[in-house]
Amino acid sequence: METTKLPPTSPSSPTTSFSVPSAEKVDGFPRRSMRRARQRRSHSSSQFRYQSSQVELTPLPLLKDAPVAELHDLFCKKLQQCCVLFDFLDCVADLKGKEIKRAALNELVESVATSRGVLIEPLYPEAIKMISVNIFRTLPPSENPEFDPEEDEPTLEASWPHLQLVYEFFLRFLESPDFQPSMAKRYVDQKFVLQLLELFDSEDPREREYLKTILHRVYGKLLGLRAYIRKQINNIFLRFIYETEHFNGVAELLEILGSIINGFALPLKAEHKQFLVRVLIPLHTAKSLSIFHAQLAYCVVQFMEKDATVTEYIIRGLLKYWPKTCTQKEVMFLGEIEEILDVIEPSQFIRVQEPLFKQIAACISSPHFQVAERALYFWNNEYILSLIEENCQVILPLVFATLYRVSKEHWNQTIVSLIYNVLKTFMEMNSKLFDDLTASYKVEKQKELKRDRERADLWRGLEEHQDRRMQMLTEAARNQRNLQERGERGDPPTPSSPQTSISDHNEPKPSGASSSSSGGGEGTT
Amino acid sequence: MAGADGDDSLYPIAVLIDELRNEDVQLRLNSIKKLSTIALALGVERTRTELLPFLTDTIYDEDEVLLALAEQLGNFTMLVGGPEYVHCLLPPLESLATVEETVVRDKAVESLRKISQEHSPVDLEVHFEPLVKRLASGDWFTSRTSACGLFSVCYPRVSSTVKAEIRQHFRTLCSDDTPMVRRAAASKLGEFAKVLELDYVKSDIISLFTALASDEQDSVRLLAVEACVSIATLLPQEDLESLVMPTLRQAAEDKSWRVRYMVADKFSELQKAVGPEITKNDLVPAFQNLLKDCEAEVRAAAANKVKEFCENLPEENREQIIMTHILPCVKELVSDTNQHVKSALASVIMGLSTILGKDNTIEHLLPLFLAQLKDECPEVRLNIISNLDCVNEVIGIRQLSQSLLPAIVELAEDAKWRVRLAIIEYMPLLAGQLGVEFFDEKLNTLCMAWLIDHVYAIREAATCNLMKLVEKFGAEWAQNTIVPKVLGMANDPNYLHRMTTLFCINALSEACGQDITTKQMLPVVLKMSNDQVANVRFNVAKSLQKIGPVLDSNALQTEVKPVLEKLATDTDMDVKYFAQEAISEMLFVVSS
Repeated sequence: METTKLPPTSPSSPTTSFSVPSAEKVDGFPRRSMRRARQRRSHSSSQFRYQSSQVELTPLPLLKDAPVAELHDLFCKKLQQCCVLFDFLDCVADLKGKEIKRAALNELVESVATSRGVLIEPLYPEAIKMISVNIFRTLPPSENPEFDPEEDEPTLEASWPHLQLVYEFFLRFLESPDFQPSMAKRYVDQKFVLQLLELFDSEDPREREYLKTILHRVYGKLLGLRAYIRKQINNIFLRFIYETEHFNGVAELLEILGSIINGFALPLKAEHKQFLVRVLIPLHTAKSLSIFHAQLAYCVVQFMEKDATVTEYIIRGLLKYWPKTCTQKEVMFLGEIEEILDVIEPSQFIRVQEPLFKQIAACISSPHFQVAERALYFWNNEYILSLIEENCQVILPLVFATLYRVSKEHWNQTIVSLIYNVLKTFMEMNSKLFDDLTASYKVEKQKELKRDRERADLWRGLEEHQDRRMQMLTEAARNQRNLQERGERGDPPTPSSPQTSISDHNEPKPSGASSSSSGGGEGTT
Repeated sequence: MAGADGDDSLYPIAVLIDELRNEDVQLRLNSIKKLSTIALALGVERTRTELLPFLTDTIYDEDEVLLALAEQLGNFTMLVGGPEYVHCLLPPLESLATVEETVVRDKAVESLRKISQEHSPVDLEVHFEPLVKRLASGDWFTSRTSACGLFSVCYPRVSSTVKAEIRQHFRTLCSDDTPMVRRAAASKLGEFAKVLELDYVKSDIISLFTALASDEQDSVRLLAVEACVSIATLLPQEDLESLVMPTLRQAAEDKSWRVRYMVADKFSELQKAVGPEITKNDLVPAFQNLLKDCEAEVRAAAANKVKEFCENLPEENREQIIMTHILPCVKELVSDTNQHVKSALASVIMGLSTILGKDNTIEHLLPLFLAQLKDECPEVRLNIISNLDCVNEVIGIRQLSQSLLPAIVELAEDAKWRVRLAIIEYMPLLAGQLGVEFFDEKLNTLCMAWLIDHVYAIREAATCNLMKLVEKFGAEWAQNTIVPKVLGMANDPNYLHRMTTLFCINALSEACGQDITTKQMLPVVLKMSNDQVANVRFNVAKSLQKIGPVLDSNALQTEVKPVLEKLATDTDMDVKYFAQEAISEMLFVVSS
């Protein structure tokens, strides 16, 4: 009844000159992000305590001008020069130094990408040190505690002008034909990889893109680290699922895993199956599923294509975590189920059809039409339709009651007509079964009602029993107290004999129309 | 105990189990939530032999159902036959303690902790401790995580050999391969330390603490900071320097802001745990660093602790430490670039005045208060205003009132209604401290202006505010200053303003008393029963019902009743309804 806006006809307020900006009038509840926007920096950096006494950089001779004998020495000097960090939050600080470092990095990238024979053993520790010093840092706290990757602008890394070149250098280094895994593995070790993985939480998408390619290369070239990388990714995901629900790089890591799964040997190792069942499937529970669902579904389907026997785990897992309240996620789940069904083996289909089609029936009766629609689209998929047809005897009874009811009840016309099509398809598939089900529909409904009544009766009986027991227990306690109080007069209390057995007179009360609505109160005399 | 146990014929276990297995999750959940009813029906014997094995073996279910089950089992001791049988509950809880979903697992651990108390020492060693060991050496991280929470409840009540085993298991988990388990162990380290003998605290716990505090993952390191508080409390003063301080110093300068944040957040507890001497030598410089930290999050956490930290400094050189070490940092924070830091500071800074006394407050703190009162961020200003009472006690509010007024006025007219709402809530407090004269002169207009705010929440709060003011300044003041203005709004062309008059009357009648209500308010209300807007008319009916108890029975009979009867025949359905409701209520009032 109350509105927060004055009727347009009202004259301006009399007592004060109280003016309100028009933006506020439109919406009394400004979004939090809007409120924050004003004071928000779009850049952030996280190098803890820049070196207090900044070293003055002096430009070194160009690499391309250096005589061959001095090339490696100069390369090394440049790498050391690039270990100096600059404050990018203060954008005018030490411009000269920044420019020198930028030029040096550019040269290093150029050199490692184009010339052969540069990467000799003594340079490995220097290169890895330069990379570590620059990229490894504790990521800063998010500017926006409720950062929503779909809605909000990410905070970008302020030192990107240098960082990008360092990443570029690292990538070229790994991709160089001169790159020797046997030398690199001494420096690119487990600790290094762990820190690299932590960086995937960066809010800056450009950084994650580089990290993705780099980690992929590391995984490809340094075989000794593979198991470790997989294990640490597992830990990151498990922490994401069960502890923090926050990690920016899930999609990127899944993308890498997608290609890793592709390369798994058959039969699948227990470790890999465990990864599927205990990590990939639970990832579906995440609130932010939409950010990485495409990559996740890809991984899941990869697993199925590798080894069809995991199908049942996958489907049952998805059914276990089926979204209960989030329709947006439900649509994603249905999409993934369709991707799975597209490649499912008929023998596997039979193993999961029952629980699966119960869930699909539940989706069809969803009041949210996008969910119902997405589920009904399954019948437009020829392969799925052929699977349904083969198993019509099982599937039709599972979905029939729902289709029949929803076709009469659903508010959305599109859904109703889609259901008619599905019913028609079924009628053509197996008209005998269809007719039987139509005929028994009413009887089934009655049976269901009866079961509900019986359940209610059972629970009523149980609860009465509980009340009586409680009463008896308190009585017994009281008697015992009395007994103790009375002391010597030993008068054994006769336990009150069990009362009447459960009575049969609990007929269900019809729930009568509740009394009055707000307008219809009767006047008293 | 015996005798009236369950009745086989009535409740065959199969029927009950069917309920627990029902296809519909909601029904299953309902059944599980009433598991105690089922157990009661079965009796203790059959609960032990039939129900619990079923629950242990066959329940693989939705997490929601498992959560309910885990909770129920914690209260099941009596239903299985009392403490001597309590160990029957361990198998189902053990499997619940290994599931993936954290809330289920945590609930299972909570229930296990609860029922551990009901075990006799013998049962604890025979049944409970082996379970802890099994969990601690489980394959998957979930069971090991759960085990971490169970060591401390059984340790105090077992023999020394078993104690040694428990310590060994805890040690192993502290260096577990997965960070999840190390985090769980780190978060229970303090709790475990408390039940250990002092010698073992020194020999075992300290080394674990040191290791966890330098873990490769910052999420583990920061939990060690929490443990630091408990550990430091347990140790004698002379050992702190060598056993705890190196680690604490390192944590305060950790390269991860999360760890430093944790140190800042726990600073008061740490300060109490390490005592005055170490505080003076170590914590003061550490605190200064945290106040100047490069991450705003850390500065804000530290700023929040400024008052508590200063309060707990050793009395003899408190003032000197604050003035030379803390205050300079505080001064810088007043103009911090981050609003959360400033507003954290503003919420505690006023508390310093009681510690520093009148002269220091006027000389050093007052300029800071005034600067914050002018801050661009409304939250900072609000925090200052909401803590005015501390300053009032020390220097009196007059010192501030010149700067206070513009700040209040600005907040009162802030574009965000939540800010306006917040300042309204402080009005009664401010009015009390500034006195009636100042109020009438400067603030009264604001309070009246809120009554016609375009946001309902503000109008509502303004109404409530008037009531509190009347309670403070008395009925006479109300009659002279606010009642005429409120009643004047009854003629406003805007029906929302006319309704505000009614809402104010509802709120004020009791505080103003019978005389004012009958003579001044009632006529206005009655007149409004002819309003052309139905919403106003049915609010008249509601108001009459509301102020009825304040009126005398004569006025009720001769004036109120006829009007309500007329409204009861109104053309509008809602007006009729509320009028009738009022009539039935009022008759009750008159007769009683």
